[in-house]
Amino acid sequence: MCATTPQAQAGASGKPAGHETPVRKIESSKLMRRIMGEYFSELFEAARTGSPKLAWCTSVGPAEILVACGFRVYFPENHGAMLGVTRTATGLIPHANAIGYSPEICSYLTSDIGSHLKGESPMAKMPDYEFPKPDVLVYNTNQCREVQDWLAYYQREFDVPLLGINTPQGLGEVTDVHIEAVAKQMEELVAPLTGITGEKFDYDRFAEVVGLSKTLTDRWKAVLQCGAARPSPLNFFDGTIHMGPAVVMRGDPRAIEYYDALLNELNECIAQHVGSLPEERFRLYWDGMPIWGKLRDHSTLLASLKACVVASTYCNSWIFDAFDAEDPFRSLARAYTELFIVRSDAWKEGYMQRMIDLFGIDGLIYHDAKTCPSNSNNRYGLPDRLERRTGVPYIVIPGDLNDLRCFSEEQARTNIEAFIEQLAEA
Amino acid sequence: MGRAALYCGIDVGAAATKVIVIDRAGEIRARRVGRTGAGPARIAQRYRDEILTELDLELADISRTCATGYARRDVAFADCSRTEISCHSRGCLHFFSGPLTVVDIGGQDNKIIRLDEHGKRVGFKLNRKCAAGTGAFLEEIATLLEVPLEEMNGVAQQAVAPVVLGSFCTVFTKTEILTNFRRGDRIPDIAAGAFESVVRRITEMDPLEGEILLTGGVVAHNPVIVSIFERRLARPVKVPPEPQFTGALGAALVAQSEDEQEA
Repeated sequence: MCATTPQAQAGASGKPAGHETPVRKIESSKLMRRIMGEYFSELFEAARTGSPKLAWCTSVGPAEILVACGFRVYFPENHGAMLGVTRTATGLIPHANAIGYSPEICSYLTSDIGSHLKGESPMAKMPDYEFPKPDVLVYNTNQCREVQDWLAYYQREFDVPLLGINTPQGLGEVTDVHIEAVAKQMEELVAPLTGITGEKFDYDRFAEVVGLSKTLTDRWKAVLQCGAARPSPLNFFDGTIHMGPAVVMRGDPRAIEYYDALLNELNECIAQHVGSLPEERFRLYWDGMPIWGKLRDHSTLLASLKACVVASTYCNSWIFDAFDAEDPFRSLARAYTELFIVRSDAWKEGYMQRMIDLFGIDGLIYHDAKTCPSNSNNRYGLPDRLERRTGVPYIVIPGDLNDLRCFSEEQARTNIEAFIEQLAEA
Repeated sequence: MGRAALYCGIDVGAAATKVIVIDRAGEIRARRVGRTGAGPARIAQRYRDEILTELDLELADISRTCATGYARRDVAFADCSRTEISCHSRGCLHFFSGPLTVVDIGGQDNKIIRLDEHGKRVGFKLNRKCAAGTGAFLEEIATLLEVPLEEMNGVAQQAVAPVVLGSFCTVFTKTEILTNFRRGDRIPDIAAGAFESVVRRITEMDPLEGEILLTGGVVAHNPVIVSIFERRLARPVKVPPEPQFTGALGAALVAQSEDEQEA
């Protein structure tokens, strides 16, 4: 399982096709592609037949409630990431801008709406594609306020119900008051959702789904903790792809099986001292969103500099320790409110310090995403404070998750290379 | 090692290409500078060859060549490359010792580099993807004012009451200046306002603590920048000899170190 096959990085960084970098190819990818293929097939089938009903949900929205109600669940943010990875987003964003959605707001939102306006999507190339028209739209503002406006667009487009949870922001300690407020909103989703499905709410099924989600998230957490090994058997850029099932297949046993396989592979690598890179000289932490259209370029560049991004805020965002099948509503409320993105900067600082210690981090890269303030943690002095606290240096890369017009290739490259030179001199 | 043991540093910046040759003692033997244009590697090679002719040398006399700047990887004949952050640090440490905060104002970017008491780099910042506060900003304003770029410094020195340009954006600053024209503001006051704006953008990047060293082509050609920094920071700042060549000098010194390590 733990083969040291180099992963072809054809075309990355403007190099000729066929150029190979030594990033280890994750063998379990085949299984991931298969189950993700099944997920999309089932989604398209539901869209085609109208059964089961189809819900759109924000990425850290209450997916377990929707699964328990019997919906097939589609995640527009997953589609946003697809538009980014395929580099189609930058061309689609202006179409949303033209109807009044500012280029300054979330580029997942603008590229997704642009995709809808143009009728173009990478999903259309998948087998048996059918547009997953929603029967209901469900958001949670825990990650940002934009998700509400995003789904509100589709509410107007499709004339379907828009339901949501409004989560408090900037929390230090998460108290029972916060949990009660969110749990109550979650409970109140049940009546309108069952009104759409026509089925009675099965509380036992809900508890089962939350239990499955808990097992899934525990496996994902174990996968990410493999990054603490030296050398690390996986890197952030792999993680952003392999987190797919943890995002879109919550409550699905197939995702658990997949992470079991991935975990076995990574543990084998750890036992054999096989790293993601053939030589791991520097261990980095990535804060903020990936720059989806530059994923491969960044992976290649950092690999060539012997720098492995062993941990990240982004991949950790799908670790939900609080899930508990014994208390599904409250535990769901706690899990989706305890998130990094919901917390105060002081809490985030403490969290990142723990990550620096746990993963043995030499340096941090903060991605300042132009259109995603909620995921850009460099804007209120946190990097300087954390550097003073830990002595671990950092750089900030200005860019964006999807809008490549906000990203300067050469400036970012120089920034990263200079940072690695600095670490080498230290 | 070649006969003369000379080292070549090439700094291919976004606006200008600088080539320098030093000897083993670190003395500058020759230099060239000119606009980078569309063929950065070609211009770098041409300048190097001109220097060889000027010094009556052969290519083999250059023991090692190091390239820096945005097009550093395009200089195929260089033996090594380093980022301009490393090379500016190295060039400054040739003249001064740490701790230092190096501020490099380039054609299209600004760098702030912190060096500790041992000369070790402990941090750096680059400007955002924006021309405000860079040489490109001054070029745009000079064009609008119909003042040749090389005369901007002299014109600004005639200012009586520099205007305040508040925009964060080069394009909108130009629009803002149209208002200054309508108001009848004098060209020297607007030119001085542009230099003030450059310094303000840089002081927004970092608290600029400790001893400040200014480098780069903008400083080399516009000493008015130095006096604005000193006024705003309320303390003297330093400028190395030939500040436009600091990066190229640093690259040449890297070439020398690598050569000596290999020997």
